[in-house]
Amino acid sequence: MTTPPSSEARQTLHDCVWDLLAPLTDPEIPVITLRELGILREVRDGADGLQVVITPTYSGCPAMGQIEDDVKAALDAHGIEARIITQLSPVWTTDWMQPEAKEKLRAYGIAPPHTRQAEPINVLQFVARAAYAPSVACPQCASVNTTETSHFGSTACKAMYKCLDCLEPFDYFKPY
Amino acid sequence: MNASYLLHLADNALILGQRNAEWCGHGPVLEEDIAMANNSLDLIGQARLLYQRAAELLGKGATEDSLAYFRDVPDFLNYTLLELPHSNALLPTASSDRDFATTIVRNFLYSAFMVLVWDKLQNSQDKQLAAIAAKSLKEVRYHLRHARDWLVRMGDGTAESHTRAQNALNHLFAYTQEFWTPSAHETAACQSGIGIEPSTLQADWNTLVDQALADATLSRPAAGGFVSTGKQAIHSEHLGFVLAEMQSLARAHPTATW
Repeated sequence: MTTPPSSEARQTLHDCVWDLLAPLTDPEIPVITLRELGILREVRDGADGLQVVITPTYSGCPAMGQIEDDVKAALDAHGIEARIITQLSPVWTTDWMQPEAKEKLRAYGIAPPHTRQAEPINVLQFVARAAYAPSVACPQCASVNTTETSHFGSTACKAMYKCLDCLEPFDYFKPY
Repeated sequence: MNASYLLHLADNALILGQRNAEWCGHGPVLEEDIAMANNSLDLIGQARLLYQRAAELLGKGATEDSLAYFRDVPDFLNYTLLELPHSNALLPTASSDRDFATTIVRNFLYSAFMVLVWDKLQNSQDKQLAAIAAKSLKEVRYHLRHARDWLVRMGDGTAESHTRAQNALNHLFAYTQEFWTPSAHETAACQSGIGIEPSTLQADWNTLVDQALADATLSRPAAGGFVSTGKQAIHSEHLGFVLAEMQSLARAHPTATW
């Protein structure tokens, strides 16, 4: 029979898992880590052992499977057994991204998401497009003279934009 | 009964996701090709979450895959609107090119409805459904915005685009009556606090639709005519073809993994 580890030992293990998972990056955006994105949410003790909680970005984001595999592989490589729990609530938002992470995105050539405006009280107000168009700065030349070419881009989380000054096309990480 | 309600929501998302994915590689312009693929990705993602929840409630070995791939036409509970081809009314045996106006009008009518549905379902007594609703609401807002922009662009565009948008509206509008008719699983889900009574959303939906149609210089078709019954598992002839294509691989290799 083993004695249950002290809470101090558990805390050390949790910190160790966090450190272990810290370098994991988003499969589509390799400059930003899962933790910075807010996908990696919690390390905790469950009824059946250690749990790592992750949260999906978009419902259909195909990177989620890869992310789960990456987390599992990183833990396996160090002989740590943990169950990976996908948790939807509270719902993921780009507002969890810290300023440093946004700066990394910009340096990589992706315009970072604006802070989400408060949800319109009445859902009917949402459709007015004018209220919904923040100026997006070009990640190349910083001009705000840009235009959206498509709401949808190469991945679910991005829209396509074009800079009207330097004429470079770029991705905009949409507020979600 | 609550599993039926979740299946109804899941089937809606899956069938429209499958339909819109038909544009993948065939979009009228590259951006719209990508937009439709993104839209489908969101819908199929929502369907997966809803099927997973339904499978939990159903038990007996049900999984998201068994629910999507191994049920037949009389088991599906999606609105008839969502299974129709991307073309105007045709004889059952006729086929036609995909009509982008039909795609856009359908996405508009349905997204305008689902924005209201997901908004309310955030308060569902089923906590998992409430969480799915909060995610889906964010996604369907983009779908609505996309469809509404195109609706205005086509309706208030050239004579040709206006005619196509109006024809699509005339063809599809009667199918939206199904949103408001009662069904046993919706009533039960509403009574248990899991679901909502869709008829309570009708006034807001009318406002959303009428404002958009006015901006698009399109006229709202008169209500009335046949009320479709897809959500009660009585479908048009089109669903069988959708399922045949979607399910063939899973049924040919039922134990395959990749």
